[in-house]
Amino acid sequence: MYEGVSFIPITWTDMFYLAPEISLVAAFILLVVLDLLLPRRVTRLTIGWLTLVGLLVSLALVIWRMWDMNQGGVSAEAIGLLGNSYRIDDFGSLLKIVFLSGTVLIVLLALGSVRDDEAITDRAEYFYLLLPAVAGAMIMTSSANLVTLYIGLELLSLASYVLVGLKRKSFVSAEAAFKYVVIGGISSALVLFGMSYIYGVTGSVDLVVIRDALPAALTNFKALVYVGFFFMLAGFGIKIAAAPFHAWAPDVYQGAPTPVSAFLAVIAKGAALAVVFRILYATVFFSVNGQDAEVPKNIFYGLLVLGAIAMLVGTTAALRQRNVKRMLALSGVANAGYMLVPIGISITVVHSNNFSEFIYYLIAYLFMTIGAFAVVTVVCRASGHEELKGFSGMYYRAPWTAAAMVVFILSLAGLPISGGFFGKLFILLGAASAKAYWIVAIIVISSVISYYFYFGLTRQMFMRSGSDDSAISVSAPTAIVIWVCAAATLALGIFPGPLMGWIDAVFSVKEDLMLIIK
Amino acid sequence: MSILNDIPILSIILLSPLLGLLVVLLLPKHRSSWMKAAVIITTLVPLVLSLWLYANFDKQQGGAAFEEQYDWVEVPLNKELQDANGVSSILFKFQYELGIDGLSLPLILLTVLVTAMAALASVHIKKRWKSFFVWFLLLETGMLGVFLARDLFLFFIFFEITLIAMYFLIGIWGYFNRERAANQFLIYNGIGSAIMLFAFVLLVNTAGFHIDQAGEQASFIYSGSYGDILHNLTDPAAWVNLSSSQLGMSNPFQMTDTLQWAIFIMLLVAFGIKLPVFPFHTWMLKVHTEAPTSIVMIHSGILLKMGAYGLLRFGILLFPEQAREWAFVLAVLGLINILYGALLAFRQKDFKLVLAYSSISHMGIVLLGLAAFNEIGLQGAIFQLVSHGLISALLFLIVGSIYERTGTTMLSELGGLARSMPFMSGVLLTAGLASLGLPGLSGFVGEILSFLGLFETMRWLTAVALLGVILTAVYVLRAVLKITFGPEPDTFGALKDARLIEAVPMIVLLAFILLLGCYPSVLTDTLQSSLGGLYDQLFATRAGG
Repeated sequence: MYEGVSFIPITWTDMFYLAPEISLVAAFILLVVLDLLLPRRVTRLTIGWLTLVGLLVSLALVIWRMWDMNQGGVSAEAIGLLGNSYRIDDFGSLLKIVFLSGTVLIVLLALGSVRDDEAITDRAEYFYLLLPAVAGAMIMTSSANLVTLYIGLELLSLASYVLVGLKRKSFVSAEAAFKYVVIGGISSALVLFGMSYIYGVTGSVDLVVIRDALPAALTNFKALVYVGFFFMLAGFGIKIAAAPFHAWAPDVYQGAPTPVSAFLAVIAKGAALAVVFRILYATVFFSVNGQDAEVPKNIFYGLLVLGAIAMLVGTTAALRQRNVKRMLALSGVANAGYMLVPIGISITVVHSNNFSEFIYYLIAYLFMTIGAFAVVTVVCRASGHEELKGFSGMYYRAPWTAAAMVVFILSLAGLPISGGFFGKLFILLGAASAKAYWIVAIIVISSVISYYFYFGLTRQMFMRSGSDDSAISVSAPTAIVIWVCAAATLALGIFPGPLMGWIDAVFSVKEDLMLIIK
Repeated sequence: MSILNDIPILSIILLSPLLGLLVVLLLPKHRSSWMKAAVIITTLVPLVLSLWLYANFDKQQGGAAFEEQYDWVEVPLNKELQDANGVSSILFKFQYELGIDGLSLPLILLTVLVTAMAALASVHIKKRWKSFFVWFLLLETGMLGVFLARDLFLFFIFFEITLIAMYFLIGIWGYFNRERAANQFLIYNGIGSAIMLFAFVLLVNTAGFHIDQAGEQASFIYSGSYGDILHNLTDPAAWVNLSSSQLGMSNPFQMTDTLQWAIFIMLLVAFGIKLPVFPFHTWMLKVHTEAPTSIVMIHSGILLKMGAYGLLRFGILLFPEQAREWAFVLAVLGLINILYGALLAFRQKDFKLVLAYSSISHMGIVLLGLAAFNEIGLQGAIFQLVSHGLISALLFLIVGSIYERTGTTMLSELGGLARSMPFMSGVLLTAGLASLGLPGLSGFVGEILSFLGLFETMRWLTAVALLGVILTAVYVLRAVLKITFGPEPDTFGALKDARLIEAVPMIVLLAFILLLGCYPSVLTDTLQSSLGGLYDQLFATRAGG
């Protein structure tokens, strides 16, 4: 059967559907060339603004594609490209919108903070490398084929290895970059190893084919299926930074330039979570109710356990952190745990809302985390270090920024009125309706533990006075990021209905998530 | 009248502090007197409206006329897997739903009254007025929301707003150990509300579920509405009460006995921390000693009552059978609170701690009233809530004023204040007498009703609890007499008696204490007519199921 295999030629229609990704790559190449040609005296912030333009064009293309597919608001039929290895559907489009918007905020944040960061010497790379990174994340969410998926993963990873090490004059950054390369390599190795087993037992890398071949594989090669999926999950677990695969996160986030930390915390994590979501629900999920259901059930159960460990380890480890970026890294570990819950509780007759729970929390997480990192850039610049102490006296020095930080903290802690509250509430309601009460208890417990360190920040900001009383100035792009994030966090916390309603209107579990092709 | 009935008066009461908050935000930072005036005026608005509400509260109809309901969160859920059954939609439906009844109205009145008095007492605040008043007004909205909300998650959000506002109010404007007090407050109450959230999530997922049938099409609704949940729990045909054998298929919404007990106990713990019930009380001592005067007034006057209110509204009214079965446990917990609080109050050297332990003791009486499971006990419990709210607010106001003048609240360093401050000492003495339950003052009525109620069901326990009354007299008189009489230390110099702005809240609070003491039917009439037959009704419907 192999003789018929050849490269599937890309047609013009395919290009049309791939426009968002292609435009990103084109913008990337253009900017690389532009960076070479532009004379030295031209500030590299220009490249930053052009990167922003590239992202916005891609975002517009995604939205236009989605609007085109969902005319009338009915759930759209998905489109499969390149031998169905690449899917244009609402699962992908929703996540692409999230990733692109997040990257737009991150580029703005980088524009606002790069001027003061002497350690970053290659300012053009700092911006344009975000383009292939986010393109990788987009390819991951759209792929219905393990190989395509892996290409996306590597594109994202390679670009981010460089981004982490961009502070060339900083020893910590070099250490972080090296650590990230090594751990990232291990992660890729684990993913590939797992994929090879899946390929071995099912004979394909196409998710739909894998699904059909899985029941037979489960009967004949149970142990191998276990190995395949658990190695893949472990590999993605590293990218997600879910405990026990999280140890790299604090070091890397600390060493990387702050906007890059935010990128890893939101986009890289989100993409890996999305991939796990897609792989499991397109393949394993179909065997949950069949014969030999033990393995599929354990895979979902394993995800819940992974989530539970991530929440508990993330929050308890964060208690002892004195460095803000390390603390936010560990808070990201806990948040990864929360987002694993809707994936792990599986779909039942009374509960099929997993995806909207997941993406609502992801959106809330995007705004609160990027907002918090934005405030961190402001504070670190003013204090010259990243310790918690740097926040002391914020109330006197920048009252409005402190107020915005309170919003982010409330959201991270899952307290009203904030997007984080409703995000967590929907996850809790979902877990409870699937009768997974133990995970509900763990979410609730880890939230309470997290109050302690999140409110440690407010204590510094409002109850201590710092050594310095001079007002902190916030650059305009950073201020925009902070206020957009704060406003969005509040809006998600007061009226969650419209967004959830829209997601429900466009998203179809059967076509967009499970890849059931009509 | 009819015009006033058409406007959303509950929303106006709830949101008027937020309007004041905006005004405060717009005022320039250094105009502290303008801000104070704005806040005092702001707190008077809900006070006047609530008084009007109380006067117009139809005792027969209850608060039905004032109910407000708007769509707030309507989250459609995925229904693809249900398509075959003619399901038009599946929804989470949390509403902006406000209501009052005989249970919440007295507490709303207490809230607006104590808050207005606390606003007057905020003259003690020396720094960062602007943010103080912002948090203060947010706190008022939160408290009013707790008593007004008729939706589980709306209730929860307001409950958390009070938590966050209190955290900042204690942590920034408190005394020396304020940060630790704020932290302890946050963590203890955070645990409480987390448990409450867990219970609410379980409730919405079982008892909140119902099906709206419109012709062929059915909507599955997970409702957060308190009314819906109460209705579903009492309706034997509701999904929550159908067992799998009755239904002929497995029912994911059924609330098994175990689950009922689990939710009841979770609610008991959640609100027990707030109340506070004996082993969970340590945070509250810290708050009482460290928070600034006006905030302690609110805390001991109102926030503790939220615990009792929540316990009654959610624990007892939703799960009457479990609660009645555990009446003895509630009574014993109450007894422990009374005796433990009273004994420890007797041993304290700091007057603030005397009052803090006295609060624990008095909240024990509320538990006894609830444990009685008869109307007298219930009336007693609510009466005690209101009365203790007024008395403790008054006492803490006086303590704050004394501290401002003498710089101490240690009993050993205070004395003879009656000579230099006759007015304040007189008020202190009266408040003390009210606290120990002297007939003619409000404290007496609440206690006697609660004890009477419990005496019907648990005689021996009541007899033991009455010991607490004696102990109360001992510790209150010990502390109050030491402060007002006895030798005056030389160090004080000339102490000024209460200024007008301090005297006004003292007089107002005292007037209400006297009014309730001499003429208790102002409150008991409302309670009797609106809560009359409540228990009979509750148990009758359950028995029918």
